[in-house]
Amino acid sequence: MLFWKKKKDDEPEAASQPEVEAARPLEEPAPPRKGLLAKLRERLAQTHASLWDRAAALFRGGLKLDDESLEQLEEILLAADVGMMTTQHLVAGLRERARRFRDKDVPADWAMNTLKELILDELQHETSAPALAENPPTIVLVVGVNGVGKTTAIGKLAARYVREGMTVLLIAGDTFRAAAAEQLAIWAERAGCEIHSAQEGADPASVVYDGLAHARRLGAHMVIIDTAGRLHTKTHLMAELSKIRRVIERDSPGAPHETLLVQDASTGQTGLVQARVFTEATQVTGVVLTKLDGTAKGGVTIAIRRELGLPVKWMGVGEKLDDLELFDPEAFAAAIFNSP
Amino acid sequence: MFENLTDRLNQALRRVRGQSHLTEKNIQEALREVRLAFLEADVHVGAVKEFIARVRERALGQEVLASLEPGQHAIKVVYEELTRMLGGDALLDPIPAGGLIVTMLCGLQGSGKTTACAKLALKMKNEGRRPLLVAADVYRPAAVEQLKVLGEKVDVPVFSQPQGARPEQIVERAMAFARAEGRDLLILDTAGRLHIDERMMDELVRIRKLASPQRIFLVIDSMVGQDAVRQAEHFNSRLDVSGVILSKLDGDARGGVALSVRHAIGKPIVFASVGEKPADFEAFHPDRMAGRILGMGDVLTLIEKAQAAVDREEALKMQQKLFDQSFTLDDWLSQMQQVKKMGGLSAILKLLPGLGGNLPTDKLPDEREMVRMEAIINSMTKRERSEPHIVQGSRRKRIAAGSGANVSDVDRVIKEFGEMKRMIKAMTAPARERLVKKLRTHDKKALAAMARKGKQQPTSKAMRKMGRMGGLPGFDPRALGQAPESPEAGGADMMEKLREMLKKKN
Repeated sequence: MLFWKKKKDDEPEAASQPEVEAARPLEEPAPPRKGLLAKLRERLAQTHASLWDRAAALFRGGLKLDDESLEQLEEILLAADVGMMTTQHLVAGLRERARRFRDKDVPADWAMNTLKELILDELQHETSAPALAENPPTIVLVVGVNGVGKTTAIGKLAARYVREGMTVLLIAGDTFRAAAAEQLAIWAERAGCEIHSAQEGADPASVVYDGLAHARRLGAHMVIIDTAGRLHTKTHLMAELSKIRRVIERDSPGAPHETLLVQDASTGQTGLVQARVFTEATQVTGVVLTKLDGTAKGGVTIAIRRELGLPVKWMGVGEKLDDLELFDPEAFAAAIFNSP
Repeated sequence: MFENLTDRLNQALRRVRGQSHLTEKNIQEALREVRLAFLEADVHVGAVKEFIARVRERALGQEVLASLEPGQHAIKVVYEELTRMLGGDALLDPIPAGGLIVTMLCGLQGSGKTTACAKLALKMKNEGRRPLLVAADVYRPAAVEQLKVLGEKVDVPVFSQPQGARPEQIVERAMAFARAEGRDLLILDTAGRLHIDERMMDELVRIRKLASPQRIFLVIDSMVGQDAVRQAEHFNSRLDVSGVILSKLDGDARGGVALSVRHAIGKPIVFASVGEKPADFEAFHPDRMAGRILGMGDVLTLIEKAQAAVDREEALKMQQKLFDQSFTLDDWLSQMQQVKKMGGLSAILKLLPGLGGNLPTDKLPDEREMVRMEAIINSMTKRERSEPHIVQGSRRKRIAAGSGANVSDVDRVIKEFGEMKRMIKAMTAPARERLVKKLRTHDKKALAAMARKGKQQPTSKAMRKMGRMGGLPGFDPRALGQAPESPEAGGADMMEKLREMLKKKN
């Protein structure tokens, strides 16, 4: 986000009326695209005590892998929300590989790169490409707890598919939160796609049912279904989600082709519980990791991948329409350590 | 909300409970488990370190050596440090009386600011204020709409401006509007932003300068992990926030944020949002929360909930009815409704000492059962409700048909009502007096004994029965809390004791 904003700062008009700018992002000339890695690095550079810095300080001049330094190493990973279980697993892996050094100190570079490799081992799997239906429309169900950026992620996804020349329909299945449909409508307009919505308080499953019919009339290639944010602890709301899924399954066999769990990068260890409960209710196929442009690293993702086998498919790295990228494990792991 | 942490902490503390000697070794082991419990609960790494260091020092120091029961004392130390960690002595500055109070809410996108604004407005309205909500988030699509809808729900006016107005202008106009309309509390909903977004932060700083809010609350999502501390530090360094509002505390079994904020910025957590309904918003009390985390229950919150849900006159009448056995099905129905207002039976049970973290969810009474019973009672005539024994034959059939239940369900309700009446009779004055007397003389010890007793989990059968009874038979928290009219019951006295004890942190 930051480099985009910096550009805007050169234009005094824009600085005073950012909302107008935000409302018409598609008409702006696209700023020169930077690599994802560069973007992430730029943002992560803002955290004063980056993991890498801390680790580098810890490893300076080689490292004796005793209890104390391992505990410090653990804390570095824990501070990225990697979680106790996964942290211990990673540190054990490091200790295992460090055996070849016998009693000698472990070189700092080697230790850092090994940790990064261990994280990559956890993340790199073949299933992370977003699924497309053989016969359109591809139906994508989007779920998650409140406030993780579901609607925004949907807007960005839609824009991306529209850019690829698809006819996209958004279904406003969040009939609970005040003004949720309005928010989605604004995103639909920005992305240049269609939206199907009903009144606030309508039964979400029936909205989805009507929406799918709408998609057929429209001949849509891609249908993205928004759902109300719900805490994973609310059993009745999770049951409602299962019902929505059943409606989709019955309406279009084989669908939903993708069920995406949107998760905020700042989420702590609850993220793992969230992923588990949402998977039980709706058979999640992948994670959208949002708000990676903040200071949070999204470390719980590693645990989710490790324990549930759920890959991250997309990552949100800013507020603009095209700030949603395919997940890049290399960049993610590098960002966790903010390597130079 | 803290169930996981409660379980883990209790496991760790079991190691020291009842120990006659505390050694470096058994403390060390317990503390290692406490560390794990905290880290798994997303407590900030730094806050955990500080906590462990303080507990270790105090648990091995003179304090413990001098005490008779070192194990118990160590638990007291943990309780006190937990209270401290939750904000303990960090307090809000008092607001001078009179004039317009400006409260500003800030926080990241999706932290729950807009919802918190509405909930805060409702709470303040109920406390006699005249709040005005101000929609100063001009960036997020439909944010203004959302606040308007929420404002309508809680019946608090919302001030907004047509698109294009800058936040500063909106706030300025809102303040003038509030003064003209005789509003005494302004609640500003600001745009969500990343804490590292300096330009947006500058805007907040400008609003702060303009409105000089007496209160600036940072809203943090309780599900946030280690990043919570960075958020808090950053917002605090730019805005000098007065305190924190924790959102979505109902969804989180961990609550690490609550235990990290004070360490990060030394500011208290002021409110916690604990549900989706506008009224699910509580003042945050560190000592009570510490008690809840350690499974010690939270009787004070229970009493407050009861006070909010139960009408005083009604409660006294009910108490009288209980004592003279004129309790009818109608009264039972209204008791059930009160329990519902207090958040349902499970919410109440969680606040009782000894039950806190150990509530077996599978053994909880089925709340749907209560709904069914309500329907049955609602299908009865007035006379049937006060004289249930007349419900026979055709009356029984009519009630079953009217409530969509079976005849046997109707029978069961009546039978259970009879059972409950007998139980109430058994729980008459003498028993209550004995309990109170015991508390007067032994206070602390008796309380501890009560807590220990509470630890013995009620059998599933008993608990289910309790549920069907529409709550806690003969239990009337309202009467416990304040019954000055009947000093022989001693309720007020006992509560005063409890209150004092909690204040003194044991």
